[in-house]
Amino acid sequence: MSSTKQVLSPEARNGGFPHAGSNVSLRERAYRIRRHALRMGEVQGQGYIAQALGIADVLAVSYFHALRYRPDDVHWEGRDRFLLSIGHYAIALYAALIEAGILPESEIESYGADESRLPMSGMAAYTPGMEITGGSLGHGVGIAVGMALGLKRKKSDAFVYTLFSDGELNEGSIWEGVMGAAHWQLDNLIGIVDVNDQQADGPSSAMSSREPLHERFRAFGWHTQRVDGNDIDAVVAAFDAARAAKVAAPRIVICDTQMAKGVHFLETRERNHFLRVEAEEWQQAIDLLDANFSAKAP
Amino acid sequence: MSTAQTRAPKTRLTTSAMIASIAAPGQRTAPAPFGNALVELAKMRPEIVGLTADLAKYTDLHIFAKAYPERFYQMGMAEQLLMSAAAGLAREGALPFVTTYAVFAARRAYDFICMAIAEERLNVKIVCALPGLTSGYGPSHQATEDIAIFRGMPNLTIVDPADAHEIAQATPAIAAHDGPVYMRLLRGNVPLILDEYGYTFELGKAKTIRTGNDVLVISTGLATMRALQAAEMLEADRIGVEVLHAATIKPLDLETILAAAGKGGRLVVVAENHTVVGGLGEAVAAGMLRAGIAPRFRQIGLPDEFLAAGALPTLHDRYGISAEAMARQIRAWL
Repeated sequence: MSSTKQVLSPEARNGGFPHAGSNVSLRERAYRIRRHALRMGEVQGQGYIAQALGIADVLAVSYFHALRYRPDDVHWEGRDRFLLSIGHYAIALYAALIEAGILPESEIESYGADESRLPMSGMAAYTPGMEITGGSLGHGVGIAVGMALGLKRKKSDAFVYTLFSDGELNEGSIWEGVMGAAHWQLDNLIGIVDVNDQQADGPSSAMSSREPLHERFRAFGWHTQRVDGNDIDAVVAAFDAARAAKVAAPRIVICDTQMAKGVHFLETRERNHFLRVEAEEWQQAIDLLDANFSAKAP
Repeated sequence: MSTAQTRAPKTRLTTSAMIASIAAPGQRTAPAPFGNALVELAKMRPEIVGLTADLAKYTDLHIFAKAYPERFYQMGMAEQLLMSAAAGLAREGALPFVTTYAVFAARRAYDFICMAIAEERLNVKIVCALPGLTSGYGPSHQATEDIAIFRGMPNLTIVDPADAHEIAQATPAIAAHDGPVYMRLLRGNVPLILDEYGYTFELGKAKTIRTGNDVLVISTGLATMRALQAAEMLEADRIGVEVLHAATIKPLDLETILAAAGKGGRLVVVAENHTVVGGLGEAVAAGMLRAGIAPRFRQIGLPDEFLAAGALPTLHDRYGISAEAMARQIRAWL
């Protein structure tokens, strides 16, 4: 497994891996997702940029390694479902959907604007590839439980991925879903928790005790892994292990991520849940991304 | 001596005696009309699944669970999971019938019904026992404001059947409707009355059950049953009462309601097993005002307060929704 090459054969394309055999590395995908997100952020002048930069590596692995889907048929029955419980991360998912060829890059300028298909908080009715309406936090795990049960009824081998966050773990409904998924032994459900230790009012760890999170999920009966969510190889390995595990249990990949990863002067900015970025800083941020990507290119 | 220390005399009505049924002694009933109708329907519709939150037995869903164990999902006491899992199943092509008590759906799971089900117009049928005042357990179990809560939710169809006959017909009808539905459920041995009037349920239609020249009662749910009984009592006093039954609260059949209310000279009374705030009464009042129809208008409904615990016949009489109390109120207004 490598962060520089896709591992799937071209035949996999028909099986729902549209980027199989691509020469574009996951590292480049993550870089481009960050770049799309920054360009959308610039339209608004502020927003959930730090989350998008932090989760970009996980989304690159999701859409260019793990998920089965067809960019031209978002309702394809054989697709893996990807649920965005944290609706405000929409900017990050739009960036991934653009990179995946599901949304056109030309819509970047419309982010959060009137009549746009890319509203600030993700909604299923607005955006191709957005499976659910998130945003009222604490919904994604419960809906995933129902979809995983529904897929089993249909004898489908598709997975349901659901992305939620450490702040969202404050919501009791998450834990109802966590218990339900374990009770129903949903081995087709893969949860992803973005642990970035930030929420609206400040650090998540200061708001509600959370650790040891992996032990909590293990105690609830989930197949549990915890990785550095900005280490692409580690995320690839964790996603592969989550799919392949021979246990009758839901799977969780806890991803510790760095808010604003890749743009150093934003990484160190405090209270970066809803980041204010000065007009001249957007180009500086993009330049920094470009330079870092070129410098480290293999 | 304090109330708590007082032993209840043996003749006093008790709360638990009324848990199973709202039927009056000697009244014709049918057992578990929802559960039985759903089992029948599920024979033809394999996509139907049942979900509950530890209340199968108390919402008549246990009959479905027994008939189709592989199509039944017991979610435990987790109403937020119940509603979101139903949304997920609907997304994957199932037709979920979800049951709990009306208080838990309306108060605890509102956001999950609103955002996971209604906002996306998913095909989920939410069927809830103990609507309005049909439990003597006090406010924790009395969903006196469920209609007021749900009327504000876009896309949601709201149905309040009057008896077993109507529940049996409404169950396949809401299944045939494409979209989310909230149905108030009478459970257990449910009174049978509308079959005597040749009534058939149609989703979205208010129907005249009986005619009369002095009073028009527009009613829904079990208040229709009580209104029909009250109308018989008032007939003995030569007071003619028309009963227009609006089983579908939303969308409300204002065309039929306004046509009836506009026939001049009659006192118009809206009767419902619900608080007078935000239910059918205020919906009808607003509809009439918008249409410029202004008859003498009164509401029969539960007061805007947390109600007492006790035996249902006592409470229905105290709060004005027994047949006798309805007849009393109407007489006083004439």
